[in-house]
Amino acid sequence: MGAAKPSTGRPLDIKRGRVDLSHGGGGRAMAQLIRELFAAAFANEYLAQGNDGALLPPPGGRLVLATDAHVVSPLFFPGGDIGCLAVHGTVNDVAVMGAKPLWLTASFILEEGFPLADLARIVASMAEASRQAGVPVVAGDTKVVERNKGDGVFIATAGVGVMPGGLLLSGDRARPGDAMVLSGSIADHGMAILSCREHLSFDAPIVSDTAALHGLIAAMLDSGAALRCLRDPTRGGLATTLNEIAAQSGVGMLLEEAAIPVKPAVAAACEFLGLDPLYAANEGKLVAICASEDAGRLLQAMRCHPLGRDAAIIGAVRQDPRRFVQMKTRLGGMRMVDWLTGEQLPRIC
Amino acid sequence: MKYVDEFRDGALARTIAANIFRAARPDREYRFMEFCGGHTHAIFRYGVTGLLPVRVRMIHGPGCPVCVLPIGRIDLAIGLALERDVLLCSYGDMLRVPASGGRSLLQAKARGADVRMVYSVADALGLARRHPDRQVVFFAIGFETTTPPTAVAVLQAAAEQLGNFSVLCNHVLTPAAMHAILSQPGGAAIDGFVGPAHVSTVIGSAPYEPFPRDYGKPVVIAGFEPLDVMQAILLLLRQVNEGRAEVENEFVRAVTRHGNRKAQALMENVFELRPDFEWRGLGTLPNSALRLRPRYAAFDAEARFGLEARPVADHKACECAAILRGVKRPQDCKIFGSACTPDNPVGSCMVSSEGACAAHYSYGRFADREAATA
Ligand code: SF4
Repeated sequence: MGAAKPSTGRPLDIKRGRVDLSHGGGGRAMAQLIRELFAAAFANEYLAQGNDGALLPPPGGRLVLATDAHVVSPLFFPGGDIGCLAVHGTVNDVAVMGAKPLWLTASFILEEGFPLADLARIVASMAEASRQAGVPVVAGDTKVVERNKGDGVFIATAGVGVMPGGLLLSGDRARPGDAMVLSGSIADHGMAILSCREHLSFDAPIVSDTAALHGLIAAMLDSGAALRCLRDPTRGGLATTLNEIAAQSGVGMLLEEAAIPVKPAVAAACEFLGLDPLYAANEGKLVAICASEDAGRLLQAMRCHPLGRDAAIIGAVRQDPRRFVQMKTRLGGMRMVDWLTGEQLPRIC
Repeated sequence: MKYVDEFRDGALARTIAANIFRAARPDREYRFMEFCGGHTHAIFRYGVTGLLPVRVRMIHGPGCPVCVLPIGRIDLAIGLALERDVLLCSYGDMLRVPASGGRSLLQAKARGADVRMVYSVADALGLARRHPDRQVVFFAIGFETTTPPTAVAVLQAAAEQLGNFSVLCNHVLTPAAMHAILSQPGGAAIDGFVGPAHVSTVIGSAPYEPFPRDYGKPVVIAGFEPLDVMQAILLLLRQVNEGRAEVENEFVRAVTRHGNRKAQALMENVFELRPDFEWRGLGTLPNSALRLRPRYAAFDAEARFGLEARPVADHKACECAAILRGVKRPQDCKIFGSACTPDNPVGSCMVSSEGACAAHYSYGRFADREAATA
């Protein structure tokens, strides 16, 4: 995604123009799209190098590398769009490893005919998210596919982060007795997307929680609590994340349904669509496993951060060779919270 | 959500549970069947079983539309999709039910058949409007709750003269299945029914009156909330203890004696009784299902495509038939949780979340070993 290529004369018609095949062809039209749309929005010193790859300074520590593709439909939804989602998703994947996210790359797959105005909105939102997160997009790529071979825009991002010395967060480190702490209400993103798709409206609008979590995570690490593992429960929701950790660590878990925050409008949407909020996607939440004696101070640190205001201890890790995640229901009964069967909600992120 | 939360309140649940414990006599067992899959799901999802005394046993009934549809009917849909080049619309769960030779609608879709998952018959109607060049068939399943919407769609298609829309009708009737449960030799020994919620809003409570009268079995109609179910269990216990058998209505907030007359008139207009219909588990039952009336034959996929269902035996190891009759439990099936799981279902009861096997697998199987080792 270099910047210095010859001019095509007229500037891009961002208001009325559309993506055409020449925008991915490698010629002047592509250079212009990159220069006037992407490079202008993402402007940073590495991107300005204008080479095939970004030459980066040594980060001084172990590296974390993560990648995430985004195919959400609709592209624009309450609380965000595919652009900021593509930044948050990858920043969070790096951050939950315990690393400080440093740089991102972005690949755009555009469909012929896609309005440039929408693309500009998406890129602006992405640039804003990257600026707010302090994680620049340092390299990129653009491809165009023929009409009906894509769905507007797909964005794949990769991120690099650097790990503080000695830290190790991993899904295989949960031990019986550990506490589970959730950073806030679940299912906001999944239900925002779905109520958009199903044209549902509720008294209180449902807004995606898409957000970059590395600030919250830094505060959690600073608290000094003995963290075993952090995860952001995206696709498949909290239930899937907890089952993954239980399987990796060879433990069981016991949740308290009453302790898990769900916003009333989100709960109503789930009820209406017959969905369980435990399986709905989040894009700005994390669950932490930590030593039970540290849960209090971790919770306090989280609640001091805007993204952790509603943090709650939602249950405990326990011994169970069957690796079952179980939940005490609000009613007082017991149920399993099993792996999701099949793909119930396609294209949510 | 306030409205819903009051029906899931832990403190209230404890009170009802305490009353149930007091009412259940220690010297006998009580066996109640929740007819509806919706109740089965609620019982498992909220962990109601764990709040009941062991001597009060819930038996899961056949009220799960996906579960009771026999293989022969699913074969019809698969055949239509694969060989007749129709655009076949179905509810999501139906796609995964294994039919003859382990085939399913989902597999047919992967092989290139045009199978679409829809949320309602209205979606199917919309597809027919948008694709005038295609034959669009709606695979209609369900008890009396989903029947009126199908009737509305047929009337609408008739009004619009939509020549490319038809319904493969598999609508079945609740009271017929309840009769079968009580009258078939070797059927489940039960002391009463937790009666359907949504079905009863349509048909009313009157159609259940024969069960206390002719079989001496109480019926308590209950809403789908877990506290509704618990309250219904308490009312059933009291009836049994007092030697009463009546139709009681716990779901007064939605159910009347005569139900929704408008919906009944719609069904009456569009559908007629089939002389008999094959159910999975219950066998071929007279007057237990509906088909389109001859005047709507143009929208009847069976008439349009000349279809006839052939009976096909279930998988050898599958106990769905016995489970649907209430004589076996999911964990009694030898392949439960091993060869048969929600990801790779062998029988229909492992597919829908209202199916007894799927509900027990997804929500309840933690208790199996605990019970075994206790
Ligand atoms: S476990 Fe599977 S095969 Fe066995 S009865 Fe249930 S659905 Fe049928």
